Amino acid sequence: MSSAFTKSAARNIFYGGAVFFFLLLIGLTFDTMSTLPKRDNRENLSESVLRGKHIWETRNCIGCHTLMGEGAYFAPELVNVYKRRGPEFIKAWMQGQPTGAPGRRQMPNFHLNDEQLDDMVNFLKYTSEINTSNWPPNIEG
Amino acid sequence: MKYQSQMVAKPYFIAAIGLFLGQILFGLIMGLQYVVGDFLFPEIPFNVARMVHTNLLIVWLLFGFMGAAYYLIPEESERELHSPKLAMVMFWIFLAAGVMTILGYLFVPYATLAEMTGNNLLATMGREFLEQPLPTKVGIVVVALAMLYNLSMTVLRGRKTAINLVMLVGLWGLAIFFLFSFYNPGNIVKDKYFWWWVVHLWVEGVWELIMGAMLAFVLIKVTGVDREVIEKWLYVIIAMALITGLIGTGHHYYWIGAPEYWQWWGSVFSALEPIPFFMMTVFAFNMVNRRRREHPNKAAVLWALGTGVMAFLGAGVWGFLHTLAPVNFYTHGSQITAAHGHMAFYGAYVMVVITMISYTMPLMRGRAANSPLAQVVEMWSFWLMTVAMVFITLFLTAAGILQIWLQRISDQPMSFMAAQDQVALFYWLREGAGVIFLIGLLLYIGSFFIKGKAATAD
Repeated sequence: MSSAFTKSAARNIFYGGAVFFFLLLIGLTFDTMSTLPKRDNRENLSESVLRGKHIWETRNCIGCHTLMGEGAYFAPELVNVYKRRGPEFIKAWMQGQPTGAPGRRQMPNFHLNDEQLDDMVNFLKYTSEINTSNWPPNIEG
Repeated sequence: MKYQSQMVAKPYFIAAIGLFLGQILFGLIMGLQYVVGDFLFPEIPFNVARMVHTNLLIVWLLFGFMGAAYYLIPEESERELHSPKLAMVMFWIFLAAGVMTILGYLFVPYATLAEMTGNNLLATMGREFLEQPLPTKVGIVVVALAMLYNLSMTVLRGRKTAINLVMLVGLWGLAIFFLFSFYNPGNIVKDKYFWWWVVHLWVEGVWELIMGAMLAFVLIKVTGVDREVIEKWLYVIIAMALITGLIGTGHHYYWIGAPEYWQWWGSVFSALEPIPFFMMTVFAFNMVNRRRREHPNKAAVLWALGTGVMAFLGAGVWGFLHTLAPVNFYTHGSQITAAHGHMAFYGAYVMVVITMISYTMPLMRGRAANSPLAQVVEMWSFWLMTVAMVFITLFLTAAGILQIWLQRISDQPMSFMAAQDQVALFYWLREGAGVIFLIGLLLYIGSFFIKGKAATAD
């Protein structure tokens, strides 16, 4: 780099750029937070949904599945599983695990009781109603 | 080595390499589970293997960063570390916390682990990469703060250079953004939004500062190029990293419920994110070409050059590949993401830590460079691991393209598992490349045990 461009100029660009763009990120974040109520389906965040999210987390579902495309890529996307399969299938599926089919990917059985299964279904129903800008591209996730 | 206290870096680096080996072994288990679904089930279900694989990566890279900081900050500050004893205490605390956490993942059902460790008081677990139990998260904060106190005191009382200031800013940023891991609202959109303030602002933000400082430090040492030149490059590179990377966070906000303007902000800024990585490549080659000395440690020079190239390919090119919103609509959460993740982490962070280890370890063991034979073996390990990673990335990319086509684009979309069956061949090939990577890593570890007369500059 040319000698007219000094180290202190480079340093100033770094500090100035970092501060400016961090403030911009914070500004956009404030705007995002004020827009979210129209998109994030918070009106349906019931106690049951919150319990469902806790089950989702404490069984480490994200270690195999994706939710809104984030997580592991070992098992199907679940943001729209409520629409794809429906509540009864989801419950029956979880109760039927593991399939034990030789050589196939296996999901553990988490021994959830009826209330917990309902909580999970309610959580997945809530996520399916979030405005994700039409993602995923189709019902298969 | 100019200061005795720099020696505390050594145990950090040894632990890092040990955990790296663990990470790769679990990676191979997962890779096999992709094609032999019931392998090791129910003893090690996929989610457990993945937690171990990714958490070991994070922990060993943190060991690497800390070791690097304890080495380079005294040397740059031209004084002994404020408290070598504190650094050693933190080493053992961090190692114990890391090992306990991994054993917890492996031997205690995750729900039980959550209950045992206070997750009902403050729920932070069960989110990708932030699976650690609460005590581990608190431990990470304690260790980071103690380290930052130690390093900040050293810099405050010593010489301030661009390298030690950038390293310090990067590490402070690492600690501060980690605090968002304690914020876990019930609203999944907000949860995900701020989850990225840890994950993205680490790997596409402050970690790049740490990486830049480490690379600049090694390049000054092995090339003898004027510090003014190198430090100017460092500032420009990290300026570009933050200018593009901070708003580049938006490329994670397309499909998680955030407003749609993020598709513009995220696409435009993250499309520029390859620039700092490209500059890093140019920087590394430029400095080595302008070298004023022939450093006897040729392996370290090779790792430094490799970091530049592979970080650009993995983080830059493979990141750009799927960062534009209209493309990401189809690629999001597919094997393309996995392909990018593997090469980016290897190219940027794994290689820069190994660069630092490669340069400093011989010095801490009392020689300027390892014996020629040890270096040859180390360079073989470089090529094996790097080429293997290129192939892992290519195979996952192929799997990803097919997966997207079958599952998301074709007229009759297949279900997830039906599509997975179709791409199994590429998972087998990826596993094969993974075995080559392991061989490379074993050679790398072996190179530390090869004796012989130290190489000299010729």
